[in-house]
Amino acid sequence: MSLIRHSTKKRKNMSIEISEKTVKSDFVERVMKLSGQNIYKCFQCGTCGGACPMSGSMETVPRKIMRMTQLGLEEGVSESKTCWTCASCHTCTVNCPRGLDLARVMEAIRLLTLRKNANHIEPSKIPAQRVKQLPQIALVSCFRKMTS
Amino acid sequence: MKVSYYPGCTLKTKAKNLEDGAVASMAALGVEFEELPRWNCCGAVHSLADDDLIHQVAPVRDLIRAMEQGSEKVVTLCSMCYNTLARANLLMREDETKRNTINSFMNEEKDYHGEVEVVHFLNFLRDTVGWEKLRSSVKVPLKGLKVATYYGCTLVRPRNVAIEPAGEQKIMKEFLEALGATAVGFPAETLCCGSYQILANPDAALDVSATILDGATRAGAEALALSCPLCEFNLGKTQEELLGKGKISKEVPVYYFTQLLALALGLGGEVCRFDLNDKLSAEFLKGRNYPLEAVA
Repeated sequence: MSLIRHSTKKRKNMSIEISEKTVKSDFVERVMKLSGQNIYKCFQCGTCGGACPMSGSMETVPRKIMRMTQLGLEEGVSESKTCWTCASCHTCTVNCPRGLDLARVMEAIRLLTLRKNANHIEPSKIPAQRVKQLPQIALVSCFRKMTS
Repeated sequence: MKVSYYPGCTLKTKAKNLEDGAVASMAALGVEFEELPRWNCCGAVHSLADDDLIHQVAPVRDLIRAMEQGSEKVVTLCSMCYNTLARANLLMREDETKRNTINSFMNEEKDYHGEVEVVHFLNFLRDTVGWEKLRSSVKVPLKGLKVATYYGCTLVRPRNVAIEPAGEQKIMKEFLEALGATAVGFPAETLCCGSYQILANPDAALDVSATILDGATRAGAEALALSCPLCEFNLGKTQEELLGKGKISKEVPVYYFTQLLALALGLGGEVCRFDLNDKLSAEFLKGRNYPLEAVA
C-alpha cells in the first residue's frame, strides 16, 4: 500500500502512438546531454513512480515518461505535466536500481520547455497574500524550476 | 571558539525562529557564529542541468567568503541552503572542467577548489560540541515530550551530501534525547513535504504534508521537529486548512530543532521566537509547563 493518500486521479489512456510524426530522434540525445544520464539504461521496473511522493497526482508516472523519452516522443513528454509535478526530492534518484538520476532527467525535460522562453508559472499572477506568507526559499526554488 | 556561519535569506526574516535560537544557544555554549561577510542567496535548489553553471556561481561565491575568513568549515541551519552549498562544493572538488570554467568566470574572486567543508548544524552539534556537553548544559530537560524526527529531503538526499549514512536517521534522535525529549521515529520521516509545489500544485503538496503529519501522530508523537523553513511552512502553517479539509486527524505543533535546543538550554521564548510558528506551538509548550522565560 502506498504511504501517501493522494486524491486519486484517473490516468489517461495508456496507449502510445509511435509513428514518423511522433518520433523525434534527436529528443533523447538532447535529454541525455542536458541530464548527463543514459536514458537507455531504464528497464521499466517502475521503482521511481512507486517511491515518488507526488506520483498520485501525476497522470503519467515517471516510468512511462522514461519510456516515451527512449522512443523519442517529444510532444507527448512535453505535454505531460509530470516534470511540473516533480518536487525534485530525489527519492527516485536514490531508489533507481539502474543508478539513473531521474531528478536530472525531469530537470532536462523542464528546461527543454523553459528554454523556449516559456514560463510554466507566472510570478506576477501569484496572489500578494500568498507571497507574503511563503518563505523566500519556496519562491526562489519554484521560480528556479518553473520560469525561464 | 569561532565558526563561519551562513544564514541564508529566509532565516533573516520569516524564519528568524530557526536562526535566533541557534545563535543564542551557541553563545551559551561558548561558540561564536561568525556570519559570512557579504553573503548572498545560495539559489535554494541545486541546478541539475549539465550545462547550467551560472546557477553554481552564487553558492560558490558564498564558499569563497568562508575561505577568505580562513575557515575550514562553514555551518548552515537551513536544510535547503545546506544541500545547495554542499552540492556546489562537491562539484568544485570533483569536476575539474566545470571548476575551471566557474573560477575563470569569477575572475575577480580567488580561485576555489572546495577547500571549505559545508557542515549542517546537527552534524556540528554532534561532532564539534558533542552530545555529552549538550546533555550537561541542559537546564530545562524536555522530559516526557514526544517529538517526531522529521528530516525531509535535503538533509538526506542525494546520498553524497546526506548528513548521515543512508537509512540511518540517528542524528535527530540523538539530538532530541540529549535535550531530554523522547524522539519518535516514523515511516514518513524522510518523505518530501511537497516542497515548492505548494505554489504550483498545492493540492498535491497538501496531500503529502498530511501523510507526514498523520504519520507522526500515529507513531505517538505530540510535536514535530525539523530544520527547513519550507517544510515548516508546508507542515506547520497549513494545518488549519488540512484539518478543515479532513486531510489530518489532529493538529501537531511543529518546531525548528534549534527552538527546542534554546528552550532546553533555558534561554526562553524571546530567543525561540515562537510567535513566528504556527499558533499551536507556544500554547502547547505553555500547557506542558515548559518555561517560556529565560532560566538563570
